[in-house]
Amino acid sequence: MDGTLFSNARIIDPERGEIECGWLLQQRGSIVATGIGEPPAREGCEAIDCVGMCLAPGLIDAGVKVGEPGERHKESYQSAGAAAVAGGVTTIITRPDTKPAIDSPETLEFVKRRANTVSMANFLPMAALTKGRDGKEMTEIRLLQDAGAAAFSDCDRVIADTKVFARALSYARSCNALIIAHPQDQGLSVGATATAGKFASLRGLPAVSVMAERIGLERDIALVEMTKARYHADQVTTATALPALKRAKEGGLDITAGVSIHHLTLNSLDVADYRTFFKVKPPLRSEEDRCAAVQALSEGLIDVISSMHTPQDEESKRLPFEEAASGAVALETLLPAALRLYHGGQLSLTRLFQVLALNPANRLGLPAGRLRSGASADLILFDPDKPFVVDRHSLRSKSKNTPFDGQTLQGRILGTWVGGKRRFDGR
Amino acid sequence: MFLTQRHLLGIEQLAPDEIIAVLDLADRYANQNRQRSKLTKVLKGMTQVNMFFENSTRTQASFELAGKRLGADVMNMSLQASSIKKGETLIDTALTLNAMRPDILVARHPNSGAVGLLAEKVDCAVINAGDGRHQHPTQALLDALTIRRAKGRLQSLCIAICGDIAHSRVARSNILLLGQFDNRIRLIGPPTLMPSQVEQFGVEVYDDMAMGLKDVDVIMMLRLQRERMNGGFIPSEREYFYRFGLDGHKLAQAREDAIVMHPGPMNRGVEIDSEIADDINHSVIGEQVEMGVALRMATLHLLAQSLNSSTKRMQAS
Repeated sequence: MDGTLFSNARIIDPERGEIECGWLLQQRGSIVATGIGEPPAREGCEAIDCVGMCLAPGLIDAGVKVGEPGERHKESYQSAGAAAVAGGVTTIITRPDTKPAIDSPETLEFVKRRANTVSMANFLPMAALTKGRDGKEMTEIRLLQDAGAAAFSDCDRVIADTKVFARALSYARSCNALIIAHPQDQGLSVGATATAGKFASLRGLPAVSVMAERIGLERDIALVEMTKARYHADQVTTATALPALKRAKEGGLDITAGVSIHHLTLNSLDVADYRTFFKVKPPLRSEEDRCAAVQALSEGLIDVISSMHTPQDEESKRLPFEEAASGAVALETLLPAALRLYHGGQLSLTRLFQVLALNPANRLGLPAGRLRSGASADLILFDPDKPFVVDRHSLRSKSKNTPFDGQTLQGRILGTWVGGKRRFDGR
Repeated sequence: MFLTQRHLLGIEQLAPDEIIAVLDLADRYANQNRQRSKLTKVLKGMTQVNMFFENSTRTQASFELAGKRLGADVMNMSLQASSIKKGETLIDTALTLNAMRPDILVARHPNSGAVGLLAEKVDCAVINAGDGRHQHPTQALLDALTIRRAKGRLQSLCIAICGDIAHSRVARSNILLLGQFDNRIRLIGPPTLMPSQVEQFGVEVYDDMAMGLKDVDVIMMLRLQRERMNGGFIPSEREYFYRFGLDGHKLAQAREDAIVMHPGPMNRGVEIDSEIADDINHSVIGEQVEMGVALRMATLHLLAQSLNSSTKRMQAS
């Protein structure tokens, strides 16, 4: 059989910013043609009648933690891939905060080999920016690039030594490498498990001021101005940090910013009685900050939504709040959770797919995240309205630490195609 | 009178009439404790386990004595040394203990929320004897009892809580309890030791102690922990005492009949002048310790009563 013809679909094209009823043809892993209305007759293709459901580019998720090497019991490439395609994520950008960190070409090659043999989704590895993510010596950036590193990040560890970070940024510039950093002032945020405010005070949790994020971002922006590096802030989650981001973008710096799905859909009060599944990094913010982040996303100030998928086993979460591990799994719930913003009238579907697919693809230079002919046939078919109740035990991730357990979300994936091959069937 | 909750984890779970009931019963036990024969049989046959994951001498002794005077079998477990070092998790420790079928568990833990987590996993009643910076409900109740006995009432008072509010579970429980009874609450301390957005709790915040103490009826001093001095929260002990230590000059700002309280153990010369701590005209610090035993007897009594009645109801149905 030669290719697939999707007809009668609501086609969401984030690149043109339009939604139209029409058809799409993919052949040999690439999109060949799209059009409005009835498709031309075509022999020998698998024909899929989408019955008016949404057809869109698959999601590209920058910042997924897979537990290989070191913590395969929390998440393997196999389970992460299965969770990804079930959630409509066709490309995962993996984080190097593994044990040991992915900081050498040898480790990177091991990871690539593992992923390519077992994973159902595309995946691109990031590498650490400093050896062991210790913030002291930069990694072999060019060798890692040649081995396939898509970007460089020390993940949630901040390089506190400004001189080390400045050198790494400036060296990375000469390799045209993208740096993904976690804007946070380390001194202020040390030991914190909540955002400073009435809730944290009442619960007696060590807390960090939102200013820590602004200070971190302002510092990074100054360093980017100094070094002209390509920089992406992994999570900008507070209203107070947004003006700095705006200024930097207007000043022409090569800066983009992301935000995690949890900071867009949950706030600090959700922690309630020390619920550790809601412990993430940075900690959940106030409702005002959440609204500001959503607003910034709709205005184009924030560019990317990522899942910040962080699998944790039961043992690391069944602890007192301060001792429990941070992070939440999110690959499978990324799209339904993001659709909350669409159903709430805050983001259009086309904008949603810009921040979930097109923008991360552009930032990483991937030929995906769009429906233009010639692009990879990474596609999802979904029903944006269908409600379902999240049951954490039915997640495909090995770890079940989702904050949405028991909640009703809307949006069901009906099918996922990676490189033209059907990888998930949710009908 | 029955308590509506099985556990006592925080002040917010007690309704005002429940607080009054606990204090009334504690008053009776306070009188009984002054008799030669102090024993009753309210908890006869019951097992009370004191599980302390953090050092404590006074609170643990107070709970132990309270349980014994009510006729319970009391066992003390000091856990900072044993199983935690062996890598056992809090929940496993709780399950192990639960299998030994205690009736009442008194727990203290260095992390906020940890006693609540423990309470989810056991079948007995749990009393929070202090969890991190979160709450210490029996301390707030015994403070309320002491205030009511000294002042004759628990409302329309102006109460100052002074010192390290940020790290104090005693302060949090007291703010919640005293706030339920129409009192004015003032918090006095350096901004480095004040929780964020604390003014939203319905309190007044002062960083000038003399101003904060003006015309107050009750002064609650808090212990300044040694590690705070090394943590850069204050410049030095002597500067702290100069600005926030309770001395005669600052005390003179308060009402003439003001009482001075301290949950102990005191750092004489750091947060409180030695002479004031011993001043029988103002200090009720000794009374607080005495009321501690009576109040804990009342708490144990009421929780045990609720346990008994729910067991009977279960057997009947």
